[in-house]
Amino acid sequence: MVSDDSSGNGASAFEHLLDSTTEADNQNRVNGPGPGPRKRSLKTKLTLSDLIFRVIARAGGSVVLILMIMVGTFLGYRAAQALRVAGWSFFTTQQWNPDGGAFGIEALIVGTFLIATVAIVVGVPLSLATALYISEYAPQRVKRVLISMIDLMAAVPSVIFGLWGFFLLQWKLTTLARWLSSWFYWIPLFQVNGVQRNNPLTSPDTYTSSSFAAGLVVALMITPIISSVMREAFSQAPAGEREGAFALGATRWGMIRAVVLPFGKGAMIGGTMLGLGRALGETLAVTLIISPVYALQLHILQHGTSSISALIALNYQETSQFGISALFAAGLALFVVTLLVNFIAAQIVARSRSGAQSEA
Amino acid sequence: MTAVESASAPVSPVPGEPGAESVTPATTLPSRPARRRAPQPRPLTMIRAGDVLSMVGALLGALATTGVLWQEISPFSGILGFVVVTWLLFVFYYAILMSFDEDRPTVRDRLCAVVVQSLGALVAIALIYIIGYTFYRAWPALHHLNFYTQDQRKGGPTHPLTQGGALHAVVGTLIELGISMGIAVPLGLLAAVFMNEVPGPYARFVRTVVDAMTAMPDVLAGLFIYATLIISLGLGYCGLAAGVALAVTAMPIVCRAADVVLRLVPGGLTEASYALGAGQWRTVRYVTLPTARSGLATAVILGAARAVGETAPVLLTAGETDFINFNPKHGPMMSLPLMAYSSVLQEAQHVEIARGFGAAALLLVLVLLLFATARRIGGRGAGQLTPAQRRRRAAASRHDLARFQRRLQAAEAAWAAQAGQPERQGRYGSER
Repeated sequence: MVSDDSSGNGASAFEHLLDSTTEADNQNRVNGPGPGPRKRSLKTKLTLSDLIFRVIARAGGSVVLILMIMVGTFLGYRAAQALRVAGWSFFTTQQWNPDGGAFGIEALIVGTFLIATVAIVVGVPLSLATALYISEYAPQRVKRVLISMIDLMAAVPSVIFGLWGFFLLQWKLTTLARWLSSWFYWIPLFQVNGVQRNNPLTSPDTYTSSSFAAGLVVALMITPIISSVMREAFSQAPAGEREGAFALGATRWGMIRAVVLPFGKGAMIGGTMLGLGRALGETLAVTLIISPVYALQLHILQHGTSSISALIALNYQETSQFGISALFAAGLALFVVTLLVNFIAAQIVARSRSGAQSEA
Repeated sequence: MTAVESASAPVSPVPGEPGAESVTPATTLPSRPARRRAPQPRPLTMIRAGDVLSMVGALLGALATTGVLWQEISPFSGILGFVVVTWLLFVFYYAILMSFDEDRPTVRDRLCAVVVQSLGALVAIALIYIIGYTFYRAWPALHHLNFYTQDQRKGGPTHPLTQGGALHAVVGTLIELGISMGIAVPLGLLAAVFMNEVPGPYARFVRTVVDAMTAMPDVLAGLFIYATLIISLGLGYCGLAAGVALAVTAMPIVCRAADVVLRLVPGGLTEASYALGAGQWRTVRYVTLPTARSGLATAVILGAARAVGETAPVLLTAGETDFINFNPKHGPMMSLPLMAYSSVLQEAQHVEIARGFGAAALLLVLVLLLFATARRIGGRGAGQLTPAQRRRRAAASRHDLARFQRRLQAAEAAWAAQAGQPERQGRYGSER
């Protein structure tokens, strides 16, 4: 019953264990095949449960991979019929009339990129400022609140952004659009056709449903995505270099320019590309706001524009087999473009984030 | 330091001096005032009265100038323009005021601070504005109880808001969310475990594809399901198709978030597990997954929040209906984002627009709930436990100890019996 007694017994038990191992070792050494010390095999022999686990995990990964690849192949398979008929004119036609034989994505692709460009031009400064404010200016207590606020903004459904833009923002923007178009009409981008300059009686409808309005809403949607990528990189800027900059007499902005921004350059580019990918594919908000025009429309303030995703959302109930195939062709084009953009973005972000691949 | 020296200098002689041994050195500790707080990082901002004054002055000047512009000189109108012009003038005046008594780097620093802080505030205001506007427009529909208890068969553009509701959309959303999560969560988590546990070129390829798919346009997921389930298999518009489409959208998100979380599991823990002789499956089951549990839950919930708000895949696959439908395999099924989208398209109908905003507000509440849950669970890093979890962990550990002791006792007994000796008293663990 005394603890002393039990500990003594424990020691003897371990001695016994030790003895048995040494005996086994001796036997091995005596009966071993080679004269020298054998090389221990480094190969692990998997137990049955580990084998099953590996097989199941590999299968799960493969299913996800196959599903993702199937999205692309099915789009291509379905699009083949339309693409075969249209040929290269698919990229140069400015109409969407598959049953009439003329359809192409030139105007659509241009419109998609115009909206995305507006979104990037507005969204990137906003995201940069938000990321810098959170990582450099905000007091510690506010920081956490702001981070979750940005995360929340990323989770707000696109239809809610769309409703806001459709009912509120685009009407508030008409004054700004009118001002821009009457003062900067000499920039082709800001021209509005069919409107007399400085005519106060122009209906505000002329300035609604434009690429500009859609682009602004999309800018707000991509801001949280870009800014969280940037913030993550900024907050990892080495503290020693920051302190060094301050010690050399830099102001806060001087420190940001000399240390934080160069450190986060890769993430800034990558985050912008990620935002671009998202902006190109944004569907619901754009569909709600724009009114579709299938001719080339480069004036971002003017009523009417087009985007591939909005085209799909508006026309998916096409009755003809061929019309559906044409829609799939447009979808395939969007797929390829966004995949390319996202892939480049992921590469840049991964390279900028050092240590992401390291174990432990 | 000076206090120490002055206190100890008279009593402790310099070593090596004659007579050093004769004096007994008495160490006097200087009494310091107790430190009240833990050391804080030094604040880098210093606000002087002049800064505040110049800022207020610039703001007043900007307001006055814009007021004159708006009222007297030009035919400008509108709050938005007023705010923008005031802000620009404010920055301009502030720069001028600062340049009177500061050097150029300081002026630049102050200006950049102003710009960064105002743009950050703009984003915050926009978010609050968007959420507030949705609830404001939804209020006419939301404050009737029937909005939560009826479907739209009694609703419609000609009926007042006291009839009809969004129950069918709520039910549809929940069913579709259930289906999509039922598919996306197991597959996404399994793929994430695969990428982390079975590394190699194949796993890297899977990770690349999943990464690229994270930002795939949601409408393409809808189009894919439309092509496969609805056209090729002839399933028709139904909740199942919508759920699968949402699963395709959510799977890369869940998978990628889970991958990041699993990567953060400390390598020391898994290595300790291997060193104790556990196999890979046991390590994953008892070390990796429990450690990453809160992060995985967050990943899943964020995937759900993303999936529940996606409209485009649902638009292409679910169909629209005014009736409540519990059967996901047959018949069109409404969901909240779809209801918001389609009601709002009937522009002239104020009643329908209010209903659409009502559906959007319900959707927003659902997303906020999911988000709050994710924050609640996922605030902790890998391996940090709540008190309840720690108690459970301790109980499990005690249970393990008891189990080991029982086993050891049994082994001892067997050994004793084999050796032909009677079992002795006082073996291991008997003091229990």
